Amino acid sequence: MTAKTPILQLKHLGMTFPGHPVFNDLNLTVNRGEFWSIVGENGVGKTTLMRTILHQLRPTTGKVNYLPSTNAVRIGYVPQFRNIDSEYPLTIRDFVGLNLTGWKLPWLSRDERQRVEAILKQTGLTKLASRPIGQASGGEKQKAYLAQALVERPNLLILDESTASLDPVTKTELLDLVQQINQTLDLTVLFVTHDIPLARRYTRQFLMLTPQGTEQGPIDQLTDQKVWRGEAEHV
Amino acid sequence: MFSYEFMRNAFAAGTIIAIICGIMGVFVIARNMSFLTHTLSEIGFSGAAFGIFAGWTPLSGMLLFTVVSSVIVGQLSVRAERREAATSAISALFIGLGILFLSLANTNASYATNILFGSVIGISRSDVNQMLVLSILVLIVVLVIYRFLKFDSFDHTGALVKGLWTNTLSVTFLVLLALSVSVAAQIVGSLLIFILLTLPAATAKYFAHSVGRMMGLAILLALVGVWGGLMLSYLTNYPVSFFIAAIEAVFYFIALGWQHTQTAAKS
Repeated sequence: MTAKTPILQLKHLGMTFPGHPVFNDLNLTVNRGEFWSIVGENGVGKTTLMRTILHQLRPTTGKVNYLPSTNAVRIGYVPQFRNIDSEYPLTIRDFVGLNLTGWKLPWLSRDERQRVEAILKQTGLTKLASRPIGQASGGEKQKAYLAQALVERPNLLILDESTASLDPVTKTELLDLVQQINQTLDLTVLFVTHDIPLARRYTRQFLMLTPQGTEQGPIDQLTDQKVWRGEAEHV
Repeated sequence: MFSYEFMRNAFAAGTIIAIICGIMGVFVIARNMSFLTHTLSEIGFSGAAFGIFAGWTPLSGMLLFTVVSSVIVGQLSVRAERREAATSAISALFIGLGILFLSLANTNASYATNILFGSVIGISRSDVNQMLVLSILVLIVVLVIYRFLKFDSFDHTGALVKGLWTNTLSVTFLVLLALSVSVAAQIVGSLLIFILLTLPAATAKYFAHSVGRMMGLAILLALVGVWGGLMLSYLTNYPVSFFIAAIEAVFYFIALGWQHTQTAAKS
């Protein structure tokens, strides 16, 4: 068994908006290759936590540390929605390539094109690559968002309610894919979700946010009683 | 037609303008900035009037006003929900200032008409050279920031997550847009600049299958509009901006019709 190598540490993290504490004294260590679910009712601060991890929000207290260093951690982020005009002439292939922003010529190099094609193949999008992203189905869009996040070879992937608007079959397809990448590439995954059965099926650790505080542990400890208690506290 | 120097200059200037507008227009459409482009053109009018009042060239006044105001507009309208209101307020202020400066400069009505609607015969060789220098500057900056600008324009959420300097990109783009407006105003006039900066790209959006092709098609459509407008204006002696506006609007309506047909056929 390999030693655990931390990739993300939250130390005494707290966030308070004026007159509204969101979370307080949150401590979490995420190791390389782990698959976490972040659960909790609407309004408990899951998205705020993700935005804090992404350094889009500054925490009121505490720190977000990437290990071994900030530069060593590349984050891929897959949101539920993206504001993309359905009439844009942006193919799925173009969309995936957007994330390659090395300081180079306007067009992609041969190596970059190969990377895009490899990711399209890995995510099962090769046949759909020429379809405008605005005309893709919900599941195809989520796969394209995932492919765009993966093309920069991240070592930490955040799925922010990415499966919320998908039907059960497409949810399973997407998470099968993420699980396969998590296991083969040792990619660390944070999966923000309301879907407890899905979290139990795919993730190995959980962090539950409630108005009273946080709980964390192996996924088999995320019992229905805990979830109901969290919901009851929120009501 | 080409035996006249002013027509040769007008075609040279028109070609430069069409290329710049085709490229910038793609980002204007992707960033939903058609209304802001219209405002910048009104600010351009005010700047040109100020230039005349101050004894400068209209282009110098335009450059000063559009560049400064683009930075202010960018700062005021960072939040999308107040963008339209902030843009309207700035637009009203600058149109008023333009009328004031024209009045203070004691110029005649035809000078004001030239600023507002453009003029073919007024373009000299030095004007063309000035436009060329400004256009090359715009092109170089677009080339350098192309990947970042494309990411931010077509997928703002992705660019934010990536940690791209989206605010700096936005202001840089507005300054480039201000320069493009000042260049394009020389031939189509400040009130009709937004035609070339929006319609060719908006039309190309319906026919292209990639951003690169959209840009190429937008340049082509802008070239057809400008060259066609110049030729028709020469033959009929009617204003060039009318013909450019009419050609580009016809292309746009054809594109809308085509899109409607395609959608109906699919459903």
